[in-house]
Amino acid sequence: MHAIICQTAVNPALFSAEWFVGLIFLLTVALVIAGAMIATISKRLVRCVAGLAVCFTGVAGIYYFLLSPFVAMMQMLIYVGAVSIIIAFAVMLATPEESDIAGTKGAGLAGVLGFSIGAMFFAALTIVGLKTDWQVFERHGSGNMQEVGMDLLTTHSMVFELISIVLLMAILGALVLARKGRN
Amino acid sequence: MHLLNLYNCLQTYLTIGALLFGFGVYGLVSRRTIIGMLISSELVLAAASMNFMAFNRFLAPDPVIGQVFTLFIMAIAAAEAAIAVSIVVAVYRNYKSIDTEDLADLRG
Repeated sequence: MHAIICQTAVNPALFSAEWFVGLIFLLTVALVIAGAMIATISKRLVRCVAGLAVCFTGVAGIYYFLLSPFVAMMQMLIYVGAVSIIIAFAVMLATPEESDIAGTKGAGLAGVLGFSIGAMFFAALTIVGLKTDWQVFERHGSGNMQEVGMDLLTTHSMVFELISIVLLMAILGALVLARKGRN
Repeated sequence: MHLLNLYNCLQTYLTIGALLFGFGVYGLVSRRTIIGMLISSELVLAAASMNFMAFNRFLAPDPVIGQVFTLFIMAIAAAEAAIAVSIVVAVYRNYKSIDTEDLADLRG
């Protein structure tokens, strides 16, 4: 057990493989931040959904950098492919002509309040993340896709089955809720 | 710490996760429509998943458990989005609006 430090001794040489990897990582982070900004700041809901999809794509890239391409693939499939599309459907089905943040009473106050609360959360979490002396334990296993599958079907098989029941219930509930009250 | 070596640091990923969480909280408070709040809550879930994945990559003794947790979070988020969208559609049918100010039967 020992404390973790960033193993960043030297800057990679220009146009080397590590240089390109670092550059791609920075671009991915920029994608995440830009997508999140569009999703929260933009006034039109359609642009928010598009920003959300961009942000999720960047998050999938970051999962790839975290050495789990399977989860990155699932992120693209589920979040970018399904959740964003569902929310886009909601925007199409249930949005009146004008739907923006600006307008009636309390909007400015909510903006200032929300910004300060979000900034405080960000600052607190960042300080905790940077100041803590993280300890690394002895690792066993490589965490590849085969091990993930084994773990899902042995150790977490109960949760796996329960999740499928939850998804089934969610589908049925969504159908019932959306059908009710239709002529 | 060099800029192009940031992807080897745990702290980078924690900071990105905190930033996503901050954006999500800001959107949850400041948005006036239900769909906007739903989008922001998805950002919060993505931040939580990213923290799980970062700790899984750098610290966890068993590098499988964080991936499994993230997959479960994805399943729950998909179910949550489906339910929330159907609620939004039902609310819009009854109130002809998705503004949170209009969705009140009582005064106050």
